[in-house]
Amino acid sequence: MAKEEAGNGLVFHPMDQFQIKTLFGDGPVHWYSFTNVTLWMGLTLLAIFALLVLGTSRRAMIPNRIQSVGELAYGFIYRMIEDVAGKDGVRYFPHIMTLFMFIVFSNFLGLLPMAFTTTSHIAVTGVLAMGVFLSVTILGFAKHGLGFLSVFWISSAPLPLRPILALIEVISYFVRPLSHSIRLAGNMMAGHAVIKVFAAFAAVLAISPFAIVAITAIYALEVLVAFIQAYVFAILTCVYLKDALHPHH
Amino acid sequence: MADKVEGVAETAPGMPQLDFSTFPNQIFWLCVTLVVLYLILSRVALPRIATVLSERHGAIQRDLDKAEEMKRSAVEAENTYNKALADARAKANDIVNEAKVEMQKDLDKAIAKADLEIAAKAAESEKAISAIKDSAVQSVEEVANATANNIVDAILPEAADTKTIKAAVAARLKG
Repeated sequence: MAKEEAGNGLVFHPMDQFQIKTLFGDGPVHWYSFTNVTLWMGLTLLAIFALLVLGTSRRAMIPNRIQSVGELAYGFIYRMIEDVAGKDGVRYFPHIMTLFMFIVFSNFLGLLPMAFTTTSHIAVTGVLAMGVFLSVTILGFAKHGLGFLSVFWISSAPLPLRPILALIEVISYFVRPLSHSIRLAGNMMAGHAVIKVFAAFAAVLAISPFAIVAITAIYALEVLVAFIQAYVFAILTCVYLKDALHPHH
Repeated sequence: MADKVEGVAETAPGMPQLDFSTFPNQIFWLCVTLVVLYLILSRVALPRIATVLSERHGAIQRDLDKAEEMKRSAVEAENTYNKALADARAKANDIVNEAKVEMQKDLDKAIAKADLEIAAKAAESEKAISAIKDSAVQSVEEVANATANNIVDAILPEAADTKTIKAAVAARLKG
């Protein structure tokens, strides 16, 4: 799809897969338009619904495979919150589970051929990261008032160093949503673009075996990345949550 | 998927990620998705899984407790059995000892009684013997007197004096 023979060479369109299009009609993309974003987010929802609601509908004492996977995901995120954010972080388990399930399913669904990857867009991951950043900051001030500012004041460091460290801490605190969102979108976009580039090379007879092997290898890597990036996003959310709940180092 | 949008796509070169005209659409649908997902998870999926997990945990714990209880009662039964065995043994020993003591007592009593009887019989016999002895001595005296009388009668009939002979015989028997 992303490849065209033009003149004497290959023309790549590795970014075409990230194009946002209306699915019905050619009109411009309004905020309410039914686009491929809508479609794939809907499919993500359906997939999660199938796993966590339909899969567990038997409520079996001895789970079948789907229910086991659902329980595994539940236990995985639950333990992660408990370990990273502490016992009182468990209150926010549904929120973090929502984030993790959305990202991991978007990533995996995006790996299907011809699929659209919603998490490869900075608009999506940016909203997720800003949401985490704002809620964690508000939560920190709501719980501790101005005491939340002690997250920037590292009392274990020697006194002369503390103002400098505080400055660094403040900067790193406000960079958080940026790194949080670009890490996920960048990983998704880069992986899919690289696969597309190799797909274009696969059309050239001389190097097509190499290109196909490379696509397979990168695809395997991307499967790994799809999970790891969702995990990283969730665990960083837990770390930020821990800062909000326990700002005193 | 076979959309005829190639002409439209040409108008957006570079990164579609930085095409800000699509941001409202993405953000709107993301918010819808997240809200729906949050409601599904927090209202249906997560409570259900939590119930299943806690029920399973409870069932496993119950089974373990039951096993522990059974083990404890088995140990208890063994202890009771051993205690009953020991009790029975002790009781048997007691009975044997009691019987021994009783028998010893009876035996002692019987021996004492036998001793007494023997002593009584011995005394009686002694009496009888001494009576026989006495009567024998008397008989000897009588025979001696009679014999002496007869002898004196035969030799000196006129000098027959019973009293003197008797005295002489008595003196002789004593000496």
